[in-house]
Amino acid sequence: MSAMVELDGVRKIYAEGTPAEVAALRGVSLRIERGEFVAIMGPSGSGKSTLMNLIGCLDVPSAGLLRIDGVDIGQLDLAARARLRLDKLGFVFQGFHLLTRMSALDNVMLPLGYAGVPRGERRARAEQALKDVGLGERMQHRPSELSGGQQQRVAIARALINRPPILLADEPTGALDSQTGADILALFKRLQLAGHTIILITHDAEVAHKADRVVHIRDGRIESEERLA
Amino acid sequence: MNRSESLSGPWPGAARPRRMSLRDVIEMAVFAVRGNWLRSVLTALGVIIGIAAVIVMVSVGRGTQAELDRTIANLGSNRIEIWNGSGRMGGVRSASGSVSSLDDGDIAAIRNEIPEVRYLSGQIRGSTQLVNAERNWNSQWVGVMADYFPTNGWEITEGSGFSERDFSSAGKVVVIGTTVRRELFGEADPIGASIRVGRVPFTVVGVLNSKGQSGWGGDMDDVILVPLETARRRLAGSLNLPPGSVQSISVGTARAEDLPSVERQLNELLRQRHRIPPGGEDDFTVRNLTEIVSARNETERLMSLLLGAVATISLIVGGIGIMNIMLVSVTERIREIGLRMAVGAGPREIQLQFLAEALLISLAGGAIGIALGIGGTMLAERFIALPIELSVEVILLATSFAVATGLFFGYYPAHKASRLDPIEALRHQG
Repeated sequence: MSAMVELDGVRKIYAEGTPAEVAALRGVSLRIERGEFVAIMGPSGSGKSTLMNLIGCLDVPSAGLLRIDGVDIGQLDLAARARLRLDKLGFVFQGFHLLTRMSALDNVMLPLGYAGVPRGERRARAEQALKDVGLGERMQHRPSELSGGQQQRVAIARALINRPPILLADEPTGALDSQTGADILALFKRLQLAGHTIILITHDAEVAHKADRVVHIRDGRIESEERLA
Repeated sequence: MNRSESLSGPWPGAARPRRMSLRDVIEMAVFAVRGNWLRSVLTALGVIIGIAAVIVMVSVGRGTQAELDRTIANLGSNRIEIWNGSGRMGGVRSASGSVSSLDDGDIAAIRNEIPEVRYLSGQIRGSTQLVNAERNWNSQWVGVMADYFPTNGWEITEGSGFSERDFSSAGKVVVIGTTVRRELFGEADPIGASIRVGRVPFTVVGVLNSKGQSGWGGDMDDVILVPLETARRRLAGSLNLPPGSVQSISVGTARAEDLPSVERQLNELLRQRHRIPPGGEDDFTVRNLTEIVSARNETERLMSLLLGAVATISLIVGGIGIMNIMLVSVTERIREIGLRMAVGAGPREIQLQFLAEALLISLAGGAIGIALGIGGTMLAERFIALPIELSVEVILLATSFAVATGLFFGYYPAHKASRLDPIEALRHQG
């Protein structure tokens, strides 16, 4: 069985061929197995955001091979990558990225419309997902009426509503106080036990050490790896 | 791990082909437009005005056209009018002796030498007072020959009209128009009654069909007709016409195609008979009435073109307004677009969303414009007495204009949104 995420000599160069050329990734090879909880750590400018965008299929490598669940991303067009994000990936962002004019419930239902889920099914699924992350009481609230931790739970419910195998989290605790951050990480841990592959990007060592494996990245290369569990 | 049960594992819908339902697209568009309703209404204003203009203009244009068609029918078709030259040139030319160049000899020559001519009638006319008991009325009289009726589209609706004998023996009989009938008789039966025309008593033998207003605004029904010979003997005293002369000749052909050739032959024949040297000026005027009609049609067509141009310009301006606001909207919601892309929306879905918004604005504008246009059309009919003709086609036309405007001007912003880089869009500040 193939790995969930597989990078082989991946390079990413921005503004290639111009004086402003920047090599964000200089040959990264990495395997993430199904059900793994991996933290990618590095200082800012190390290339970890670029790595996250590539694994998240928001971008394609300049060179090298990137496979998500066995599919070669470099071969896909915009629409096919969107479809892959829909089916395989859930995003959790540092800034939550909720649509402010919609209720928590509507935010969580957002991906279901794109997935072609029948209307009758959407609401029930979204309500269940919000209950699962402990927000059963606040479904009709708008993001501005929720605390940071609650907003992040809405974002997690949204990320998982299509049951993607991979949950990709970019500094998910960065905007939260330490207790709330710990709660979110505990939720990730439970999701891992339920079968999700969790990839967490952070510059915070304490957060990173909740994962099974920490990959250190610096100057566009993998510097070291440590296995914790 | 109970709590997360519904968030994991495959679920029954996973293999379903991706297809946003039409209802989803409409709902998204309605949500966005309602969230910014004032801006949306202002944006739609251009389309509202454009569509209302289209409705009013097309309705008025069609109404005028229909009115014109009635006028043409009343003029009588396939008809050529020949007038005495001086009568039409007024004081510009000297009297020149051509006051009454047309006469019975011309009529006889036309009958003998131009076989395509089917109807032929000479006329003289004047105005006088009509009296029936205590009622009186000033009207125009025309002395006519039998063919005057078919060439001019006149029919007798009551009574018998003139007999052969009336024409040959200058009978003192008269056929009256509906306006004259109303003024002299009211509700009473005019047939057989005696009226005075000037000083001469005449017997009413018929009433003409009603033609209403002429194309130039006159009342075509305010007229009486008498036999030509009667008019010469009894009514034309003050006109000082030479014996046997007529003021105009009406010529009718069976087929419209014959008109140009008949017109040419008439010119030749009359120039020859009136001994006009080559290069000399005609002492008569030949007017082909279908030419007048086609000139009027041409004016009408130009009017519609002009009005259409105004409508098109306002729709383009409205469309640019939509495009402008959609571009602003895309920029404002760039983070939303990025997020939608991240959760799985493809280029097609994003494009559809913004196209639907543009379409919704233009369609709503179109609906309001149609309502305003119909209202405006009715006001135009009531208060400035413009003839109108509203039709389903006009409304369909206006709707398709609105849709076309929305699609055309919404396409670029929607396309731009669909091609955004999701990473840039998510990172966008604002």
